[in-house]
Amino acid sequence: MTYPTRRTLMTTAALAGLASQFVIPSPVRAQTAVPKRGGTLTSLLTPEPPVLIPGVNNQGPTLIVVSKIYQSLLEFSEKLEPKPLLAKSWELSDDRKTYTFHLQDNVKFHDGTPMTADDVIFSIMKFHFELAPRARGVFSKIKSATAPDPHTVVLTLDAPFDPFLLMFDVTTVAIMPKHIYDGTDYRNNPANQKPIGTGAFQFSEWQRGNFIALKRFDQYWKPGQPYLDGITYRIVPDSQSRALALQTGQVMMSAANDIEPFDVPRFQTQPNLTVETAGWEYFSPLMWIELNHRVKPLDDARVRQAMSMALDRDFILKRLWFNVGKLATGPVASTTKYYDPSLKPLPHDIKKAIALLDEAGVKPDANGVRFKIRHLTLPYGEIWARLAEYFRASMKQIGIEVTLESTDTGGWARRLSDWDYDTSVNFLYQYGDPTLGVERTYVSTNIQKVVFTNTGGYVNPEVDKLFTDGRNGADPADRQKAFFAVQKLLVEQIPQIWLLEMAFPTIHDTKVKNVITLGTGIHAPFDDVTIS
Amino acid sequence: MSPLRFLRFLLARLAKMIVVVFAIICVNFLLIHAAPGDPASVIAGQSGAADAKFVEQLRHEFGLDKPLSTQLWIYVSSVAEGDLGISHRQQRTVLSLIMERLPATLLLTCVAFAFALMVGIALGAAAAQRVGTWADSVITVMALAFYATPIFWVGLMLVLVFSVWLGWLPSFGMNTVGADLHGWAAMADTAQYLVLPALTLGLFYLAVYARLTRSAMLDVAGEDYIKTARAKGVPEGRILRRHILRNALLPVVTLAGIQAGQLIGGSVLVETVFAWPGIGRLAFDALLARDYQVLLGVFLTTSILVLVFNLLTDLLYLVIDPRMQAQ
Repeated sequence: MTYPTRRTLMTTAALAGLASQFVIPSPVRAQTAVPKRGGTLTSLLTPEPPVLIPGVNNQGPTLIVVSKIYQSLLEFSEKLEPKPLLAKSWELSDDRKTYTFHLQDNVKFHDGTPMTADDVIFSIMKFHFELAPRARGVFSKIKSATAPDPHTVVLTLDAPFDPFLLMFDVTTVAIMPKHIYDGTDYRNNPANQKPIGTGAFQFSEWQRGNFIALKRFDQYWKPGQPYLDGITYRIVPDSQSRALALQTGQVMMSAANDIEPFDVPRFQTQPNLTVETAGWEYFSPLMWIELNHRVKPLDDARVRQAMSMALDRDFILKRLWFNVGKLATGPVASTTKYYDPSLKPLPHDIKKAIALLDEAGVKPDANGVRFKIRHLTLPYGEIWARLAEYFRASMKQIGIEVTLESTDTGGWARRLSDWDYDTSVNFLYQYGDPTLGVERTYVSTNIQKVVFTNTGGYVNPEVDKLFTDGRNGADPADRQKAFFAVQKLLVEQIPQIWLLEMAFPTIHDTKVKNVITLGTGIHAPFDDVTIS
Repeated sequence: MSPLRFLRFLLARLAKMIVVVFAIICVNFLLIHAAPGDPASVIAGQSGAADAKFVEQLRHEFGLDKPLSTQLWIYVSSVAEGDLGISHRQQRTVLSLIMERLPATLLLTCVAFAFALMVGIALGAAAAQRVGTWADSVITVMALAFYATPIFWVGLMLVLVFSVWLGWLPSFGMNTVGADLHGWAAMADTAQYLVLPALTLGLFYLAVYARLTRSAMLDVAGEDYIKTARAKGVPEGRILRRHILRNALLPVVTLAGIQAGQLIGGSVLVETVFAWPGIGRLAFDALLARDYQVLLGVFLTTSILVLVFNLLTDLLYLVIDPRMQAQ
């Protein structure tokens, strides 16, 4: 099977330099028919990345910078449709096992070396395979990876894997220069101090604790692009100082966690700034109260339902997150593929919660306390401490006494991976497909002493089977059936108490155009960003 | 003091310093490893996805799979050779990381310290001279206010006034990025960024020195030898400088010596609020990331600095107070 001809059309159009109207028919794009060249974009970045090499470090702030320096084969729209980037087109064979990527012709790395199929195969089969657990999980399905010519990559899987293309975003598989990394210790390669990619911007200077400066790559493969002279990321550790820097115009842009949710409303009213919350569809972070099923009575579905009903998600969204985000309806975010749109908002009903606890036989003692739990506060900042306070107050209403425990990020990760907690808060990226980002929290085969696995220890053979069916299904219709069924089942069983589908505000000067154009938002190449 | 005795004094002090540094290294090492979590679990936590193999790989690479005593031995022996190790997280040697950040902290603390000491002593002396007048009251009340106000609040207020309202000074950073300045222009640029953090850090200490100088001078002014000097007809300015101030400075020097060390530690907060790229923030980030080697390196550097400051204070006594030389 060949991919629809519309895609081939798009590619031809892109080559002819007429891409904008075809690719994204948004009014913003149409205005910038004659883009303005020049200017340096200044942005905040929090916290400071340790290194700027994808794979070696895949933290959020690292990926924001890395996505300007490096690129992958594809990029993804807000509907998660693949769009050409380093691959100008691609085909899937009729048996759905063989993917053929045709690469752009004149792509160069920042050191002047041409990028070829060898670099792509090295990046997939060696670099990210060895460094990144998530890439390893999927790429171990690749039976053969060959390059019939320097601009063609053929990947053959041992079985069809429907979400395969979603892996080819820069945040997962950035194309690395083989001539620099092959045969070396990737983590300790001295070249890690000066990243070399194919992106529109090349590494210029990094004064640790102060700023990271990128400059325009003059030999970038898209003619005439990028439009900016450079991008400077300022490292400002204090959240109030960051808000001030943005307010006074000392920086033009903030993203991700730079600005605390409770500071967002005041920026929404500042006329020279634009606040956008789109651009997280590819990640679709979903937040939940993480329950440890080894702790009684949290292993009882009725108790979990009761706890869920005692929480007012509307309050959490409006009063804590100031409307940045959406109410969660289940384990899959509404922007992730195979989300079941028939799911209703999770109920808030104190009376029913109390009835459920009574039914489960969890009786109150003389002081009205049914049971006691420890809650490990997520140590990511002020907002999470507020959420923990709210959780404690809500649980008290139904007779559950919560003791808050605080820690720092290192301690939190360790306690979760040691299963040493009763409840905590967690949020995970979904990467566009339940197989890639949802399954890992609920299947019994992924109960590990490692953070971000099924640390809660939830076991349900039916759930395991449905996720396996969804994973292995070659036909999207079969996958949908399995995923809809598992969503219904999980919402009844409520293994984790889902709260919000999160989004992060991107706040920028209105003069900066084309900031959010993809489902990966701030992780776009920025080769079409302009300052008017 | 004869040169030989002076040398012996110096050598004895240095030997003591080495013992203290060794003890500091061991205690710090054990304390850091007592904190829950390790760099491998932090990295696993931050990468959003991990498996057991990944965590094991990291632990092995960082040498965390060896027994604690072995790790301590490896660390102490490499420090003895002048090697502070490498930060696995940042892929850099600890020494280069520290050297990159130390100048910023030294600049900030030295300027704040010099400002606090000079202005503090001047204000204290001025107040003591005019004791009981309105000028004395103004200085005393100001000093009390700075002494009592939390340092971060002072910082925020300074930013509010000078950056937000007046727009005179930048509120964060250390230099204008991308301006490509050299020589005097670069210094003037940095000086502009230095004003607010140095003021914030310095004001508290300024208050301390002003109050101390004032009270010490008032004490000394009542001594018999001052009366004698006055009776001899020594000019008032000379009495103030040679007789009163010089004697009153001894307690100020003692306190300043202790505080010079504290300033380096106390700059973490100011560095954070003003995004000043100094060593305090390096330590704080390293703590959160459990970047053991960097943290130990910073502790070692700052403790050596504190010891050096203490030594300098003692030497300064010799200059100010001739009686010390006899002992």
